[in-house]
Amino acid sequence: MRDLHVLGLLARRNLWRNHRRTIIMLAAISIGTWAMIFMIALMRGMVEDMLNEGIAALPGHVQVHHPAYQDDPSISNLVPIPDSEIATRFDAVGIEKWASRVKVPAVVTSEYESRGVSMLGVDPDRERGLTFIDEDRLEGRFLDGVDDNGIVIGRKLANTLETELGKRIVLMTQDPDNEIADRGFRIVGLFDARMEAFEEGFVFVGKQTAQKLLGTPDRVTEIFAVGDDYRNVEAVFEQVSEAVDGNVDVQRWNEIDTYLGTMLSVMDGFVLVWIIVIFLALSFGLVNTLVMAVFERVREIGLMLALGMKPRSILGQIVIESLMLLTIGLVIGNVLAWATVQPLEGGIDISVVAEGMEFFGATSTLYPKLLASDVVLTNVVVLVLGFFASLSPAWRASRYEPVEAITKVD
Amino acid sequence: MPLVLRLAWRNLWRQPRRTWLTVGAMVFSNVLLVFMISLQVGMYGLMIDNTLQAFTGHMQVQAPGYIDEPKMRLTVPDIVPLADSLRQHLGTDAVAARGSTFALASSEERSFGIAIYGVEPEFEPVVSTIPGLLEAGRYLNDKMAAEIVIGEVLARNLKVEIGDEITLMGSGRDGSFAAAVADVVGIFRSGVRDIDRAITEVPIGFFQDVFFMEGSGHQVVISAPVIDAVPAMMESVAAALPEGDLVLHDWDALQPGLKQAIQADMSSAFFMYGLLVILVAFSVLNTQLMSVLERTHEFGITMSLGLRPGRLGRLVLLETLIMGVVGMLIGMLLGFLLVSWLSVNGFAYPGMDEMAAQFNLPARFYPQPSLLSLTAGPLVVLIFSVLSALYPALRLHWMHPVEAMRAV
Repeated sequence: MRDLHVLGLLARRNLWRNHRRTIIMLAAISIGTWAMIFMIALMRGMVEDMLNEGIAALPGHVQVHHPAYQDDPSISNLVPIPDSEIATRFDAVGIEKWASRVKVPAVVTSEYESRGVSMLGVDPDRERGLTFIDEDRLEGRFLDGVDDNGIVIGRKLANTLETELGKRIVLMTQDPDNEIADRGFRIVGLFDARMEAFEEGFVFVGKQTAQKLLGTPDRVTEIFAVGDDYRNVEAVFEQVSEAVDGNVDVQRWNEIDTYLGTMLSVMDGFVLVWIIVIFLALSFGLVNTLVMAVFERVREIGLMLALGMKPRSILGQIVIESLMLLTIGLVIGNVLAWATVQPLEGGIDISVVAEGMEFFGATSTLYPKLLASDVVLTNVVVLVLGFFASLSPAWRASRYEPVEAITKVD
Repeated sequence: MPLVLRLAWRNLWRQPRRTWLTVGAMVFSNVLLVFMISLQVGMYGLMIDNTLQAFTGHMQVQAPGYIDEPKMRLTVPDIVPLADSLRQHLGTDAVAARGSTFALASSEERSFGIAIYGVEPEFEPVVSTIPGLLEAGRYLNDKMAAEIVIGEVLARNLKVEIGDEITLMGSGRDGSFAAAVADVVGIFRSGVRDIDRAITEVPIGFFQDVFFMEGSGHQVVISAPVIDAVPAMMESVAAALPEGDLVLHDWDALQPGLKQAIQADMSSAFFMYGLLVILVAFSVLNTQLMSVLERTHEFGITMSLGLRPGRLGRLVLLETLIMGVVGMLIGMLLGFLLVSWLSVNGFAYPGMDEMAAQFNLPARFYPQPSLLSLTAGPLVVLIFSVLSALYPALRLHWMHPVEAMRAV
C-alpha cells in the first residue's frame, strides 16, 4: 500500500515535469471525451425521439391482437375478449396504463377528395397521455367520451380534403360481413402532430360510435398497455400475457415495429463503436507521450533499478502515470460534455431539415440526452483501453538493463 | 536531395518510434476517412437513385399547387399528347403520364383505401422500377383495359389473386361518384411496405374514363439517365412545355425529405470527421513540440552559427510535411485496398438490413473507391497536421541562442 503511495507520488511529479506535453495530451483526451459523450447524447436524443414518436403511434409498449390481425387488419379479426371484461382482467393483474381500441382501415371522403386512413375508435379518457394526441394543442376539442358522434382528424388531412372544423365528412369501412359500412361525421377537432404522416393517417372517433357503425358491440381489435420504460417491457408483457391468456397475439413494441426495435440495438452498438474509434485516434498520442516520457528518463529508470527498485514498480509507475493522465482528461471531458449538453436540453431546432428528419422517423427538434449508462461506459472503456495501451511502453521501461540504461547518453 | 530535405528526413528518424506513432495516427484517421466517405458517397447515390427510380422520377410536370396539396381537380390537360411531344422533344422514352387519386378498393371479402395511378403501360416501366418487380401475373399492356396491378401486401389484405376482380369506388374530377371493376393482372413486391400496401396501377385511358378526367392527368414523370443530367434536362423540358399553367419540379422539390435526410446525416458525419482531424492535429502538435524542445541545445548552436529562426522554423514545418505526406500516402493506399476489397465482398452491419430497407437501400453494401473519397479526407488531415506544427515552428523565433545552448 505504501509502495503504491510512493509510486503515485512519483507518477504525479513526472507528469508535471514536462507540463507542455502533459497539457497537450490532456487537451486531446478532454476533447476526445467531450466529443464521445456529446455525440452520443445527440444521437441518443434523436433515437429517443424516434422511439417515442414511433411508440406513441403504435401505440403502447405491449399490444394484444387477434392472431390474424397483423396480416389482415380487418374488423373480422376481433380480440376474442369482450371489451367490458378487459377492464376487470387488466385491473386484476394490476396494469394501470392501458386502453382498448377499434382500429380498422377506412376511406374518408369530403365533397372534393377521398383518402385512405386508419379509423381509431377510442376511449378518450383511458388514452389520455398515452398517445401522440396533445389535447392542449387541439383546435376545437377532442372526443368527449366513447359515444361522441364527432370525429377528430389531422390538420394536414383537413387541408387535403379541403374541409374544416364543423364540416361533415363521410367515413367508409366494412363490417364483419364484408358489407360497406359508412356514416357521416362532423369534425369537432383538428389535431397537430409532430409527424406529418400521423396528421394524414389517423382519424379518431368514439369507441362506441365505431362499434355501432361496424355492428360489433363490446368488441375491439386491439388492446395496448404502457409500462414505465420502453427499454424494459418484460414486466408489462408478463402481466398482459397473464391477463389475456391464450388465443391472442401479445407483442412487444419492438416485435410490432421491427425498424424501431433495430434502431435501438443499432444505436447501442454505435455507442461502443464510436467510443472505440475515438479512443484509437487518441491512443497514438497517448502511447507516444508515454514512450517519450520513458525515453527521457532512461538513465533515471536505470538508476532506480540499480538502487533495487523492482521492475514491477517501474511498470506500475508508468501505468499509474498514464491512468492519472487519462483520469484528469476524462474528468475535464465529462465536465465539458455536461456543460455543453445541459443548456441544449431544452431542444435544438433543426427544422431546416425537418422533412429529412421525418424520413428517419424523427422530428424537427433534437433533445440531447445524457444517459448515465453511456457516460459510465465511455469512462470505463477509455480507462480500460488506456491501461492496455500503456502496458507496452511501461513493459519496455521495466526491462531496461540497469548498467546500460545508466550509461546511456542522449 | 537538397540539404534541407535531407536534414528534415534524418531528423525524423532520430526517434523512429515517435515518428511512426504519429504517422500511425494519421494513417488510422485517413483509412477511416477514406472508408467512411466512400460508404457515404455511395449510399447517398443509391438512396437518391433507388428512391427516385422507384416511382417519383427525376422531375415531374404538374399543375401549380398540386405538389403541396395533390387534389383531384389540379390537372394537366391533354396529358397523353403532352407526354408524347415531350418524348419526341427529348428523344427519350423515359417520359410517362400519370393520373392519380384515392379510392376504396373492395374485393369479395375486404375493403381498403388505396392510391390509384393511371399509367401509360408502354412507358411506365421506363420511369419506374415497380412494373419490373412483378411477383405474379403480367404488367398492364392495354391503355383502355379494365385491369389493375397491385402490391403484394394489398393482395394479401384484400385476399385476392391474379384473375380476381376488385371494385374501385371514389370520386371523379368533378366531385361526382365514380366506380369501376378491374381485374387483377399483376402483383408486385418492392419490399417497402407502404408501397406494397398503398400503390396500385391501372391503364391511363381506363383511369380517365372512370374518374371523368376528360383527357387530363396529374403528372408527367421524366427520368434522367444520370442525376447530373437533371439541370440540363430541366431547361430542355421547360422550353418544350406548352404555354399555360404548368410547372416543372425537380426531384428535390418532389422528395424534399431525401436531400434533407442526406444533409442531416452529413452534418453528423462532418462532426465525426472534424473530430478525428483535430485529434490527429493534437498528436502532431505534441510530437513536433517535443522534437523542438529536445533540440533546444542543437538549435542554439545552429542559430549562433548564423542560421535564421525562420529557416529553422521552415525545417520543422518540412519535417511535419514529410510525415504528413507519408501518412497520407500510406493511408490512401490502405484505404484504397480496404474499399476495393469491400467493393467485391460488400459491407454489412448487424441490423443494417432493417434500417436500409427504410431508405430504399440494399442490405449489403458495396462501396466504390473514387478520387473524391480517396483524397478529400487525407488532404484535410495533411493540411491540419502542417498547421498544427506552426506553434512549435514559431516558438523558434523567441528562442535566445545563448540560453538555448546552455539547455541540456
